[in-house]
Amino acid sequence: MQKLTIALAGQPNVGKSSLINAISSSRLKVGNFSGVTVDKTEVAFKWCDEASCSDYEMSIIDLPGAYSLSDYTIEEKVAKKFIQSDEYDLIVNVVDATNLQRNLLFTAELLESGKKVVVALNMMDEADKEGIKIDEKLLSEILGVTCIKTSASEKSGIDELKSAIVAAYKNDGYTSKVKYSDHIEEEIAKIVDFFKEKKYKKDISYRILAIKLLKEDSETYKMMHDEPIWIELLPLIRASLEHIYIHSDSKDIEQIFRDEHFAFAKGAKMEAMEISSMRAKNFTQKIDNILINKFLGIPLFLFFMWGLFQLTFTLGAIPVDMIDEFFTSIGVASKSVFGEGALGSLIGDGIVPGVGAVIMFLPNIIILFIGIALLETTGYMSRVAFLLDGFFHRFGLHGKSFIPLVTGFGCSVPAYMVARTLKNERERLITLFIIGFMSCGARLPVYVLFVGAFFSQENAGSILFLIYIAGAFFGLVAAKVLKMFVFKGENEPFVMEMPKYRLPSLKLVWHTVYSQAKSYLKKAGTFILAASMLVWFASNYPKDEALTNQYQVQIEHAASPEIQIELQNELKKISLENSYLGKTGYVLEPFFRPLGFDWKMSVAIGTGLAAKEVVVSTMGVLYSLGEDVTEEDQGLMEKIKAEIPFASAISFIVFVMIYLPCLAASMVFVKEAGSWKYLWYLFLFTTTTAWIMSFLVYRAVLIL
Amino acid sequence: MLLSELKKGDKAVIKKINASGAFKNRLSSMGIVEKESVKLKEYSLAKSTMEIEVAESYVALRFKEARLIEVEKI
Repeated sequence: MQKLTIALAGQPNVGKSSLINAISSSRLKVGNFSGVTVDKTEVAFKWCDEASCSDYEMSIIDLPGAYSLSDYTIEEKVAKKFIQSDEYDLIVNVVDATNLQRNLLFTAELLESGKKVVVALNMMDEADKEGIKIDEKLLSEILGVTCIKTSASEKSGIDELKSAIVAAYKNDGYTSKVKYSDHIEEEIAKIVDFFKEKKYKKDISYRILAIKLLKEDSETYKMMHDEPIWIELLPLIRASLEHIYIHSDSKDIEQIFRDEHFAFAKGAKMEAMEISSMRAKNFTQKIDNILINKFLGIPLFLFFMWGLFQLTFTLGAIPVDMIDEFFTSIGVASKSVFGEGALGSLIGDGIVPGVGAVIMFLPNIIILFIGIALLETTGYMSRVAFLLDGFFHRFGLHGKSFIPLVTGFGCSVPAYMVARTLKNERERLITLFIIGFMSCGARLPVYVLFVGAFFSQENAGSILFLIYIAGAFFGLVAAKVLKMFVFKGENEPFVMEMPKYRLPSLKLVWHTVYSQAKSYLKKAGTFILAASMLVWFASNYPKDEALTNQYQVQIEHAASPEIQIELQNELKKISLENSYLGKTGYVLEPFFRPLGFDWKMSVAIGTGLAAKEVVVSTMGVLYSLGEDVTEEDQGLMEKIKAEIPFASAISFIVFVMIYLPCLAASMVFVKEAGSWKYLWYLFLFTTTTAWIMSFLVYRAVLIL
Repeated sequence: MLLSELKKGDKAVIKKINASGAFKNRLSSMGIVEKESVKLKEYSLAKSTMEIEVAESYVALRFKEARLIEVEKI
C-alpha cells in the first residue's frame, strides 16, 4: 500500500469541494490550517489502480481557492505556503472549463512550482451546454501535464482522474512546458547550459531553477546563496535580467512574468478551445438583469433577508421553546436527584441552565447558516456585496458586512461566525468590533423590562424601535472611528469576481452547516460550561451558615405563607449581597455611580457579561422577588419603577445596548478575530463607549 | 478615456493600467490586463461600484479603481 498526498488547488468557484465529494464518499475531515481560521478539508480513501494492480491510500487536501499564488488574501497566503511546502506529493489543479483563460493563468503558476501536476477540466457538463469544446489531448500537449475532463455534478471522469494521478505520481520525467517569449527562453537556456556545464546537482529541474532565479524568487535566492556555484551564477543572472529588461521595456520582473503567463494562458486557450454557440451562458445574465438592477436589486435583497430572518426566528423558535422546557425539566430533575445541596445546586442552577442557554440557540444558528451557505454557494453573496458596497464603504466596511451586522440583531454568536465571508482582514475586524452594537435578541428582555416600567404602553413600541436604530447608528459611527484611528490605512481595492449562478449540492451545504454547528457547540459549549460554574459559584459563596439557619428557623415559625416567602426572598437578597458577586457589585459601584447606577444595577451589569438574559434574572433576585422572574413580571416592573430614577434607567439601557454581548459571543469573537488580545480591545472599546454614552445620556436626561 | 467614464453596455479595449504591485497582480489574475477588451454590464445606484465583463468572467470593482484604468471605446 502506497501513500499518496494530493493538494487540490484551483481558483475560487471552480467546484473543488464538489469534486472532492465526487471523488470519495468518505467522511470529510475539517480542521484549520495552522495558525489561521481558514478551513482545511481533508478526505482519505483507498483506491486500487487496475493498470498497475497496486493499492493506494490517497489523501486529498482541499486548498482554499486562490486566483494566484500571492499574499493578497489569507486564503491565497495559505494556498501559496502549502504549494511551496513539501507536505504533499502532487497537485491536482481544478480548472473551470467554462472560464479557461483565467484559470490557466493559475495553472501556469502551479506548473512553475516544480511539482507534479494533473489538471482536472471540471464543469465539463456546463461547458458542453455552453457549446465549449476542449481538445484535452492538445491541451495536455501544450501544458506538458495530463488534462482530464471531469464533471463533479455528473460524476464523470473521476476514475480517469484517479488513474492519471497515479500515472503522474509514478512518472519522474516531468517537465513543465510553460513557454515564454523568445528573449526570455534564450536567457533560460543560457542558465540551464551553465548548470549542465558545471554538472550541478540539484533535485529540481534546471529549467525550473533557472526560471525561479529569473523571477527573483526570494526562497530560491536564499537557498542558492550558500552554494559555491553562486559566485559564477550571479553575474550570469544579472546579465540575463538586463537583457530581459531591454526587451520588455520595464524593470518590474513580476509584471514581466505575469504578462508572459497571460500570453501563455491565452495562447493555450486559443489553441485547445472552440466555442460553437453561446446559448446557456445568458442564464446568469438574465438573472442578474433583475438581481443587480439599480432599482430592484436592493429591495429584492432586503426581501430575501427578511424572509431568512423570519424563518430563523419563527421556525427556529419552535425547537427553541422545546429545548428550553427540556433543560428546565432537567434542571429540576437534577436537583431532586442530587438533592438541594451544593452539588444539586451546581448542576441544577449552574451547569444545566448555562449549557442549555447555548444549545437553545442551535436551531436558529442552523437555519441561518443554511440560508447563508445557500447565499454563498449560489453566487448571490457577491451580488449583495456589489449592491451594498457603496453605502458600507463610507464607514470603512465592505458590502458583505451587511449580513453579519443584520445577523447581529438576532444573536452575536452566528454573526461573528458569518463575518468569515469577509476576506479582507481589516474590514473583517471592523465588522467584528461593531457587531455587538446591533442589539441581539437576548437584550430584548432588558429593554422590555425597562421600557415597560418607564414608558406608557402606546410609546413602548416606538421606544424599542428607537433603541435598535440608535444601536445600529452607534455601530456605523464606531466603524468610522475605528477606521480612522485604529484600523487605519488605504482601503483595500475592491476587485471581486461575480461567479456564475450555480445550484449547490445539498450534501455540500449540509456539510458546511454541520461543521459550523459542531464547532459552535464545542467552543461555546466548553467555555459556557466553565463560565456558568463560575457565575454560580460567585453568586452562592461564601455561605453564611449561621445567618441561613437563623432565617430557616424564622421561616418555619412564620405566621402566614406570605411572610414565609418574604423571609425567603430576604434571605436570598442578603446571601447575594454577601456573595463574591455582591461584593464585586460594591467594588464596581464607584465606577458606575457617575452613570446613576446603584450597586444592584452594577451587579446586574456584571452578571450580564455572562449573558444578557441574566441581567433580568439578577435584578429579579436583587430586588427580592425570587428567582423565577420574566420581563413581563408586573411586580418587578413596579419595583424597578419605584427604586430606580428615570435618568438612571435610561442610562442603564444605553449601557446594555453597547457593552460586551455575552460570554459565548466573546469566545466566538476570540476565535474569529484570531487572538485573545482582540477580546481585550473589544472589552475596552465597548465598555469605554458604553460608559461615555451612558454618562452623556444620564447628564442630558438629568438636565431635561 | 477612463473605464469609469464608460456607459452601460459600452465596449472598450484596455490601454493602460495605472497601478502597480499587489493590486495590478490582482487585476491581471482576474483577467484585467492591457489589450483585453471589456464591457460595462451594470453599475450600482450611487455609481460607486461597477460590473464589467472581461474574457469569460464578470468582475465587480469600485469606480475609484476604475479611474486607474485607461480604455479606448470600440
